[in-house]
Amino acid sequence: MFSQETRDIITNGLWKQNPGLVQILGMCPLLAISSNVVNALSLGLATTLVMAIASGSVAVIRNIIPHEIRIPVFVLIIAALVTVVELAMHAWVHALYIVLGVFIPLITTNCIVLARVEAFASKRATGHSVLDATMMGLGLTGVLVTLGALREIVGKGTLLSGIDLALGPMAKDWVIPVIPDYHGLLIAILPPGAFIGLGLLIAWRNWMQERRAR
Amino acid sequence: MIPSIRETLSTALTLLLFCVVGAGLLSGAYTLTHPAIEITEQAEKLALISQTLPPGSFDNDLVGDARPLPVNALLGLKRPGLSYVAQKEGKSTAVVLEAAAPDGYAGEIRLLVGIHADGRIAGVRVTAHHETPGLGDYIEIAKNKWITQFDARSLADTPADQWQVRKDGGRFDSMAGATITPRAVVKATHKALQYFAAHQEALLNVGCGYRTVGASSEERTAPSTGDHSRCGSLRSPHPTSGDQ
Repeated sequence: MFSQETRDIITNGLWKQNPGLVQILGMCPLLAISSNVVNALSLGLATTLVMAIASGSVAVIRNIIPHEIRIPVFVLIIAALVTVVELAMHAWVHALYIVLGVFIPLITTNCIVLARVEAFASKRATGHSVLDATMMGLGLTGVLVTLGALREIVGKGTLLSGIDLALGPMAKDWVIPVIPDYHGLLIAILPPGAFIGLGLLIAWRNWMQERRAR
Repeated sequence: MIPSIRETLSTALTLLLFCVVGAGLLSGAYTLTHPAIEITEQAEKLALISQTLPPGSFDNDLVGDARPLPVNALLGLKRPGLSYVAQKEGKSTAVVLEAAAPDGYAGEIRLLVGIHADGRIAGVRVTAHHETPGLGDYIEIAKNKWITQFDARSLADTPADQWQVRKDGGRFDSMAGATITPRAVVKATHKALQYFAAHQEALLNVGCGYRTVGASSEERTAPSTGDHSRCGSLRSPHPTSGDQ
């Protein structure tokens, strides 16, 4: 159905070169935001959107960017895009902005965006660049959500807490109490919990990889 | 090999061009979104201000009747802020002060402190902060009820040494792992109450001829015929505000 190249791009982003578990890129938001599922998913999707637009625009103009100054130009494009996305959200989807607002500027500092632009979009066709950025973004989102779910269950005993902030008050009942009467394990919510959780996820991925190789 | 001046210049010009295009894009997006952002922020501000007051405690146009607050160490504001007087049937029932805690975990925390005319707190809300999401952000009413523990507190019912988080020997709760944030909010709220105590008359007495900053209609800016002898000055330094 897809060409070999397209398939490679998809499996690289989601598994083989997963930004969170293999390239270990974009750690700043990964560790800061993954304390619950809702935050993790929201920032993951926003990052994916910015990555797709950034890679697409760089791929379109890749031939007119002088090699020596490509990094400043990439940073400029990414920062400008993030700001435009932030302004647009602030103006037109205010409810979502209130939830994500503080995280959006963090996307600029996420090196996975710059990494995909530099490693892929500056050399390849526009369509493939957008696909690559989207898949890498979704790969990162997957890791974020898994880590967020782990930390939220262990730390608070719930899933989807705070969903009403993203989807409105009607979603208030969607919070799933996984472990009832749970008093919480603070370390899972605090930054060390993110490091421990990520370490476990990386170990799990390596173990899967080894088992498959055998 | 040293690149020729021509090459250097053309590279620099290309970068400049990208900067100009980027700046143009940003100012375009700003111009396009600014009116919409302004409207939502105003509406949000009014909603937030009325949250710091009991429902039905005012019948005036809070935002329109706003009056300037000077820069004062007790309020922690870097730029002049605003105060919003709540009036019911022409009588001042409460005032909402803009204040800031300069010592949050990640910079300034901006607050609205609603104070009843008798000096009790009507409500406190956080309007802007940069605290760690998921950790220090429980000061937001949307995330946690923490901020409501200030309700009905006053300088009279809580002695100065009790205006601290429980961990430091005070009366206010905080969450483990994020103490710097509530510490800053408690301190700023306490100071705002002190500011209110020092300038109570001037803050509540709308007849004092202070210019309003809302709709600058003539009658609003005209000096009033109110009882001027009761008008304190907002700008006079108060002798008891020792921690400036």
